[in-house]
Parts: sequence; structure tokens; C-alpha cells
Amino acid sequence: MYAIAPATQLELFWMMLFIRRFEEKICEVYGAQDMKTPVHLCIGQEAIAAGVCAHLDRADHLTTTHRGHGHCLAKGMDPYRLYAEFYGRTEGCCHGKGGSMHPADPELGISGTSAIVGGGIPTAVGAALASFLRREKRVSVVFFGDGASEEGVFHESLNFAALKKLPVVFVCENNFYATGSPLSSRQPHPEIWRHAAGYGIPGLAADGNDVLAVYASAAGAVARARAGEGPTLLEYTTYRWKGHVGPDCDCARGVRPLAELEAWQERCPVAGFLKKLLEAGLVTQAQYDARLAEMDARLDADLAKAKAAPYPEPHALHADVYHQRS
Amino acid sequence: MPWTKIILDKSAALSKLTEGGLRAATYCEALCEAQAQLLETDDAVFLLGEGLDEPGGVFGSIAGLSERFGNRRVLDSPLAENGMTGIAVGAAMVGMRPIFIHMRMDFLPMCMDQIVNHAAKWNYMTGGRTNVPLVIRSIIGRGWGSAAQHSQGLHGFFAQVPGLKVVLPSTPYDAKGLLIAAVRDGNPVMFIEHRWLYANTGFVPAEMYEVPLGQGVVRRKGRDITVVALSHMVWAAIRAAEILATEGIDVEVIDPRTVRPLDAGLICESVARTGRLVIADVASPSGGCSAEIAACVAESEAVRTLKAPLRRVGFAETPTPCSPVLEAAFYPDHTHIADAVRACMQA
Ligand SMILES: Cc1ncc(C[n+]2csc(CCOP(=O)(O)OP(=O)(O)O)c2C)c(N)n1
Ligand SMILES: [Mg+2]
Repeated sequence: MYAIAPATQLELFWMMLFIRRFEEKICEVYGAQDMKTPVHLCIGQEAIAAGVCAHLDRADHLTTTHRGHGHCLAKGMDPYRLYAEFYGRTEGCCHGKGGSMHPADPELGISGTSAIVGGGIPTAVGAALASFLRREKRVSVVFFGDGASEEGVFHESLNFAALKKLPVVFVCENNFYATGSPLSSRQPHPEIWRHAAGYGIPGLAADGNDVLAVYASAAGAVARARAGEGPTLLEYTTYRWKGHVGPDCDCARGVRPLAELEAWQERCPVAGFLKKLLEAGLVTQAQYDARLAEMDARLDADLAKAKAAPYPEPHALHADVYHQRS
Repeated sequence: MPWTKIILDKSAALSKLTEGGLRAATYCEALCEAQAQLLETDDAVFLLGEGLDEPGGVFGSIAGLSERFGNRRVLDSPLAENGMTGIAVGAAMVGMRPIFIHMRMDFLPMCMDQIVNHAAKWNYMTGGRTNVPLVIRSIIGRGWGSAAQHSQGLHGFFAQVPGLKVVLPSTPYDAKGLLIAAVRDGNPVMFIEHRWLYANTGFVPAEMYEVPLGQGVVRRKGRDITVVALSHMVWAAIRAAEILATEGIDVEVIDPRTVRPLDAGLICESVARTGRLVIADVASPSGGCSAEIAACVAESEAVRTLKAPLRRVGFAETPTPCSPVLEAAFYPDHTHIADAVRACMQA
């Protein structure tokens, strides 16, 4: 078994907790109706972002989706710039132009986020192509949902990445739903990782609610990409706790069975791992409480600052339609 | 005529209709009813799209249809827009009448190859031997920071393509009648709705009826100026006209309903009478349907009667921003139409 250093295990845990709290703060404020952006929360899926991104360097490329807050945080984005963006403020990561669905931070390798399902998969391969052409060691990681694996671009991208042995890691977050449609009504077999075989690249599945399993399985894929050996397709099974969009649960509307959600909540990636860490003595309850309080204080402050930050001037509407040649 | 009239206020509309013994329905209900009746009366019709099985699917516009007609008539589709468009086209080419539904118009660019290079061309390329009776429903979104990829009005793209028909219903009556006509038309029809019209109420007969494609309608008679408005902007134009009436400006509001083919005759005849023109669209003006409407007037004798340069009202020439402040600056409303009208009157 792949041995994961205790310090790393703790880092993984704190990152998951940070993502969880970041999202929960949105749930707390969303009812005030002044965060006017459709939020697709990743509560329940935090282990994948934390476990994969732990292998990435600052320069590595990351491409995410409409459900991208966790990936951005795990790659190192400043929560303040995200909150400010969600509130439509100038200091937001896209100056209020993009909102929750389109976060960007090119300095962290997040060049732009598409909310068109599958839209980010080929651009991630393009970033990997750039690494290949420039003979750089920068890896490109792309997160996408089970739904996105139905799109033609997914297959076209796998083919080209495999053909050219590009340094890209395809990470499918299989939460078994695309909006309210279950995977079984959309795909003939439930194992997305098996598409890898058709393109002659490694594919594997792991428990996406077990951060150590994610970390261990992603290690090889990232190393392989960095070594110039080509792409890997990783599939992590998980479950989203909130509705497709917004802070409410969709079980009340009959979209998904409540029992199914409850079963997955039993397997909470954050609580489950905390229990293990406490049992193993890697963290004490007091340490946990202190760290949680620290995180909450920081996120509350970021949220309050974002809410108080200035709006763009209306004429900013016309800025940035085109890049200005210098 | 109740079937052309727009009453802005919902309760006023309801009491007026009840008074006249007329049946009221929302735009959303009208769409749903049209599809139910099409499914009932024509075995070739089926619905296809993402999320059709979800409770309250497609903003309520297919409510209950999946349960009622089952999964051979209402097909929940994988996320594969271009491929699924081709599949719908293929079924249509051999005699089915699919209605392919998209929650947002923004997903249609993914289907461009099958719509533009295939659906629009088959009838012509085969010398009329194979037609494509396909309707593609899509919805223009707006608001709550929907931003650049969830609120575009792309009807101008499609209106450019010979072989396609492009429809933008603005009232409940037209939503039902145009959808039925579109399905029976036998050609690929882009049926473009607006999310902000869904709750609007008007007269909708219970029986099946058609509103002919390619025929515009005068929504309000007026002497002084013609406002040609599309989709959601028709309602804004009526509101502007009511305000301007109090200022002594008598506005004629025309709703083309179809932008390909465009009812140029109706528009030019009106402009020839009023001598003034404002065009209001749910898209950025440049290169789009409002440009086409202006061009058809410029090509007609009506251009000689213009007493002032025409004006266009539309989205800003930018992608849609997220921030509420920028969103407010991006969208035009009735005040922009009224301002454009006043400017034309003074010129
Ligand atoms: C091309 C396209 N089709 C449809 C949509 C509407 N839509 C947004 S997210 C989504 C579901 C995506 O499912 P999945 O890829 O599994 O991601 P998840 O939301 O589960 O994280 C759909 C259908 C879209 N944004 N883009
Ligand atoms: Mg999913």
C-alpha cells in the first residue's frame, strides 16, 4: 500500500474542510438574494479536489467546470477573490464578469472555466499540447462530471491526448447525476474509466469519498504525465449533497431519493477522514476545533469584505470584450 | 382580437379574458399543451432532450408529459448535443417529427454542424427528395448572473441560413400555434423562446390551431412611428407605447414572430405609413436580426418615407456580464425603446 506521510494526510484533511466550509458559507448567505450568480456546490465531493490537486505545482494547469469552487481552492485560489466574484465585485477573480461558473486565475494555471458541459476538456488537452510543444514539465489536469463523458469532445480529446502522449490527467467526478438525470438513464454501462482502454491509455476507478484513495491513485497519473508518458483517465465515484444548482437539497423536490443521499452522507469524505485521523492520533479534537475556528474566521472575514467591496462602474460593461494589443 | 392582444398586467389580462369568456393560459402552459396535443395526434412526434424526466423539467414546459406518454415518446437524452441533433435529424429524414429541446439557447452552438451543414441542406441537396421535419426548441435565459454562456440570443446565426426557419413566439397564443405549425411544417424550425415570457398570460384556445410561419402581426395600431420588436421585447415595446401614448406619441408595434422567413411586407407597409422606425431585439444589434429588418426596409420603397434615421435597441455589444450592476447596463427595457422613439420623433 502506498504510504502517505502523516503531514500530507493532515494537509489533505484541512483542504477538504476548507472547501466544505467555503461552500457552507455560501449556503448561509445565499438566501439574502444578493449573491446573484448560479452556484453549483461541491459539498460531498471535496476529497477529489483535495486529493488530486495535492500533486500539482503552482505552474500546472487546472481546468474545471460549473462545479469548480473546490478545485480552484485546492489549486490555491484566494477565497476572497472567489466570493467577491460571486458578489459581482470588481475585486472578484474575473472583475465581476464571470460569476460562480467561470472562475479564472491564470497565475495559478487556471486560465478559464467553461460552464458548457465538456467545454473544458479539449482546452485542457490544448494546455497539455502547449507543455509538450514547449518541452515544459507542466501537467494539465481536467476535472469533469459523469455527464461530460457523454459529450463528443471527451472522446475526441482522449484520442488526441493518447495519440500525442500529452501530459494531461482526465479526472471524472462521477456523482451519478447530470442535473436530475441518473447515469443509468444516460449511459449503457456505469464505468467511465473503461473508456481509457479504447484509446490505449491507463484508466482506473477509485472511491472519490476516500481522500487517501484519491491521493494515491492520482499520484501515478500525475507522475506519468510529468514524465512524458501520456494521459490517464481517473474516475472517482462520489455524490453531491445539494441540488444541481443552489444551496437547497433537491430530494425534497423528488429529483433524487432521500435514502440515497442519506446513505452517501454516512460516507461523508470529511467526517469519515476526521474520525480516522482522531483514532490514529494524528489530530486531537482540540486541534481540530482550533483550526476550524480559524478557517471560519478567515472565510467570514473574506465574505464580509467581498460583500462590502465596490461594484464595477457600469461602463466597465464595455471593457475586455477584446484584448488590447500592447 | 384576443389572439393578437398583449395585456401587460397579469390580473388585468385574466379579468379581461374571463369577461369575454376566453380561456387564459401562460406561455409555459401553452407550450406544454401544444406538445401534449401533438404527441396525442401524431405518432411521428416525439420529444428529445436533456433532463426531460426531471420533475418540473424544462422550466415546466413539458410538465407531466414524460409520465403521460412514456419513454418512447419523451426521451431523456445523454449530454451529447451535436450527436443527438444528428440523431434527431436522421429520424426526421425517415419520417419522424422530433422536437429536440434545449434549456438554454447557448447549447445550440454545439449542434451547429448538424443544424447548419445537414438539417438545413438535406431538402435542397436531395432535390427535394428528403425533407427534415425537425423542431428545435431552445430558451433564451436572462438574469441572476446567468453570464456569458447562459443568456445569449443567437437567433441571428440561424436566420442567416437558407433552409432553416426561425421562430420567436412572444405570446401564449403564438407559443402554442407556432409550435404546432412548426412541427407540421416539414422543415427544420428553430423555435426560440424567452425565459422571461414563461409566466406571461394570454388567450389560448383549448383546441389545436396553427399560427402560420412567416407571418408577422400588428400588436398595436399607431400612426406616428413603427416599433418592430422580437420575443420578450414585444412586451417592452407595448409598455413603452403605453407610456408614449400619454405624451401624445402613437406607436405601432409589430411582432414579426418569424425572422426567417421575415414578413417584410408587413413591416414595410407600416413604415411607409408612419415614416419612422425603431427595432428592438433580444440580442446585440450588429449583424443580427435587427440589422436584417433594417435592411429589408432600406431595400423597399418605405425607405423613401423615413423622416428620421431608424434606431435599434438591443443588448450591449458585449458578452453578458455576471455582476448585477453590469447586467443592468447590458439589457435594454421599455425605457430604452421609449427613448429611441422620442429621439426619432424629434429628428
Ligand atoms: C453543453 C451543455 N449542455 C447542457 C448544459 C446544462 N447543464 C449544466 S450542468 C449539467 C449537468 C452536468 O453533469 P455532470 O457533467 O455530471 O456534472 P455535475 O453537475 O454532476 O457536476 C447540464 C446538463 C450545459 N451547461 N452545457
Ligand atoms: Mg454528475
